[in-house]
Amino acid sequence: MRRAVPLLVCLAALLGSGAVGADLYSRTLANGLRVIVKEDRRAPTIAHLVWYRAGAMDETSGTTGVAHVLEHMMFKGTKAMPAGEFSRRVAAAGGRENAFTGHDYTVYFQQAERSRLELMIELEADRMANLVVSPEEFALEIKVVQEERRLRTDDRPRELVYENLMAAAFKVHPYRRPIIGWMTDLETMTAADARDWYARWYAPNNAFVVVVGDVSAEAVFQLAQAHYGALPARPLPVRKPQNEPPQEGSRRLVVKAPAELAYVLIAYQAPVLRDVAKDREPYALAVLAAVLDGNDSARLKARLVRSRRIANEATASYEVTARGPGVFMLDGVPAQGRSAAELESALRGELAAVAADGVTAAELERAKIQYVAGRVYKRDSIFAQALELGLLESAGLSYRDTDRILERIRAVTADEVREAARRVLVEEASTVATLDPQPVDPSKPQPRSTAPRH
Amino acid sequence: MRAPLCFVAALGLAVPAHCLAQAAPAAVHWTTKSGARVQFIESRAVPMVDIAVDFAAGSAFDPPGKLGAAALAHALLKAGAGEWPEDALAAAFADVGAIPGGALDRDRASVRLRTLSSEGERGKALVALAAMLQRPAFPAAAFERERSRLAARLAEAETQPDQVADREFYAAIYGAHPYGRVATAATVMGVERADVERFYRDHYTADRAVVTILGDLSRADAGAVAEQLTASLRERGAGGELPLVQGPAHGGRIDVAHAAQQAHVLIGMPVLTRDDPDYFALTVGNYVLGGGGFVSRLTRDLRDTHGYAYSVYSYFFPLARPGPFQIGLQTRRDQADVAVARVRAVAAEFLANGPTEAELRDAKASLVGGFPLRIDSNRKLLNEWALIGFYRLPERWLADFPVRVERVTLADIRAAFAQRMALERFVTVVVGADQAR
Repeated sequence: MRRAVPLLVCLAALLGSGAVGADLYSRTLANGLRVIVKEDRRAPTIAHLVWYRAGAMDETSGTTGVAHVLEHMMFKGTKAMPAGEFSRRVAAAGGRENAFTGHDYTVYFQQAERSRLELMIELEADRMANLVVSPEEFALEIKVVQEERRLRTDDRPRELVYENLMAAAFKVHPYRRPIIGWMTDLETMTAADARDWYARWYAPNNAFVVVVGDVSAEAVFQLAQAHYGALPARPLPVRKPQNEPPQEGSRRLVVKAPAELAYVLIAYQAPVLRDVAKDREPYALAVLAAVLDGNDSARLKARLVRSRRIANEATASYEVTARGPGVFMLDGVPAQGRSAAELESALRGELAAVAADGVTAAELERAKIQYVAGRVYKRDSIFAQALELGLLESAGLSYRDTDRILERIRAVTADEVREAARRVLVEEASTVATLDPQPVDPSKPQPRSTAPRH
Repeated sequence: MRAPLCFVAALGLAVPAHCLAQAAPAAVHWTTKSGARVQFIESRAVPMVDIAVDFAAGSAFDPPGKLGAAALAHALLKAGAGEWPEDALAAAFADVGAIPGGALDRDRASVRLRTLSSEGERGKALVALAAMLQRPAFPAAAFERERSRLAARLAEAETQPDQVADREFYAAIYGAHPYGRVATAATVMGVERADVERFYRDHYTADRAVVTILGDLSRADAGAVAEQLTASLRERGAGGELPLVQGPAHGGRIDVAHAAQQAHVLIGMPVLTRDDPDYFALTVGNYVLGGGGFVSRLTRDLRDTHGYAYSVYSYFFPLARPGPFQIGLQTRRDQADVAVARVRAVAAEFLANGPTEAELRDAKASLVGGFPLRIDSNRKLLNEWALIGFYRLPERWLADFPVRVERVTLADIRAAFAQRMALERFVTVVVGADQAR
């Protein structure tokens, strides 16, 4: 299987055209706001993303979910603009917009025809400094967020499994708390909580801006200076690391919810990328995830779903970058006549097989080609490119690291993959959550997650 | 793809529709020897090629008593073909970084491929794709497995309130029409391998196919690719056309009990085909009612003013026969009735009076100004062209989109909504409301 070599050689030319990151620019304004620009001229559109280095992992007990609630309130008006006006102006300019909150960040974005960039920057700069959280708007929006929690989590059995698993897998690190927040905290949250969050974290020196598309970097820097440049920097709170200690034994839990099929989710404590040049294990884990589940011929589908018919679905996932600790996950739905326990054992068996026998040269090449081709395909979407730059930056790495990371992944050896499986993916450092499906009984509505039954 | 003549855009003024129209790339059309229609859009910016092969082989073509045959035929295309066993076929794509994909809806069975455009990689991926499309083996073991997996997924769906609502809604608005029939775990277990083979023979034929090729290759290469993918398709089969839709004469409310914390609500009726003369009046109008995201009337009322729902929307899903107009939301189970009443009030007002002048102006500005975002990637262009090809829309459909939107008047919208829709014909499905018995 030597397919990969000519492909990789030819792609080196396609990807970098000599100078790596030649179309990438960055400037940091005097107030600490970094502006990152990637020029991509193939279509007359732009993506504009504002990243705040504040997410659910920065929350404290009692106000979980406030990062996300504030994200909602950011559409509810500023000193100069009434509620809804932000969205009205973006829409009238033909723009598309939204926002998302993670454990690591909160992100606001617009996509628009290129001439509309200044409007987007103007609007974001306004709400970076001038947000108004009125008690009336808050009282309505907190209900919307509670509906969002019911929709995304409470009525979704597999999401409940994930939420419970994270709460068990992490004892110390705030990744244990759900991004959307516990319902009890949403029910008692106040406008003052949202205002406090905004005052603490929303400052230009705790944010960065990513623009990708049909623009010149110099023009973006000028617009950024004109609108974001005047906002004052503020002292930021000290962030405590809250490091998760090594896990000293496996953990296990069961979630009961109305469903037909069982479900198994296993999380292993794992390292993430901190030093792009020196770290090795995160790259090996990324390749391992691809060997297990990077394409239709990967091991979990080929063996557990197709050949042995233990699973109806089986996946593996691992994020190389994160602000907090890493997690390597396996999950699956047992096939008819198979139990969750059998599937768990089969999933762990696949890791044991890698730890014992490693991976083949063909598998290794195939896994790497997915990454290389994926890099080409990503150029089809300016939004995907902007997201990639922002994710690196938000994880404490550099927006310039994309190509270096790809180089390192291409250099991973079969031995490194086997060693990573042996050292990291051990049962003692894992948590497994199982969905125990319950019959749907319409006469017994699910109790709300916090209030007593009534 | 750029429109360098339209300097007015660079000045930050409104972008005139005719400028945007020039920005939409054109397709070259032809027919393969076997009779499949082909559309080719050259795009050299990124070294990759996207292909969509769409057949009139969606789930609405399931034979009576064999619901699930279309889904199984589609899923099993990659379960082995010609001399390729299933694993070898999967490896053939993976070895060159190609991504096979696809989707099935009521009208269409779509097979997709994204591949690098370099000749070695593209060539290998296309050989595998050609086998999948023209020589699928439907191996018995894979058939048993996929049938069991599909049955399990459908049994799971029957426990989830959003899926229950969807099933009930289609059944209610379409009755016995094929759009209203939905496969269940039980119907799928009644489908045999021979049924799938027959379904393939009848529906995966050249006369029911359209091939869309987009990306970094020449017209000549695209011609060879199209032949490679269709040369040994049967020219025609026994698959038929979909019957006309007899919409529900009157609406009504259907309640389904469920234990979920939220009630799931769907409201609507069959209305729109892809080639409908009212297409633009209805879709521009719907932008104001419930299609325009944060600025739509439904969102501003149900979400912003009342806090009833995280997601509330309306859309038209145009199909070969009139597809549904659908309003949807999810809300706490004890307030489902008041939320439904609000939706009906908002819809009634809109059906009676249409949008205001200002709303129409904003809707047009958004749809026309946002047009470049509809066509700024190969993925989006492929989706647009695959629809245009499949539904035999005019060649200039995409290029003319901004102009057609601009032409819509208030009177057009009012007339279209008044003639085509009526609140008393809307079916309301509510799954999991407290009042349900």
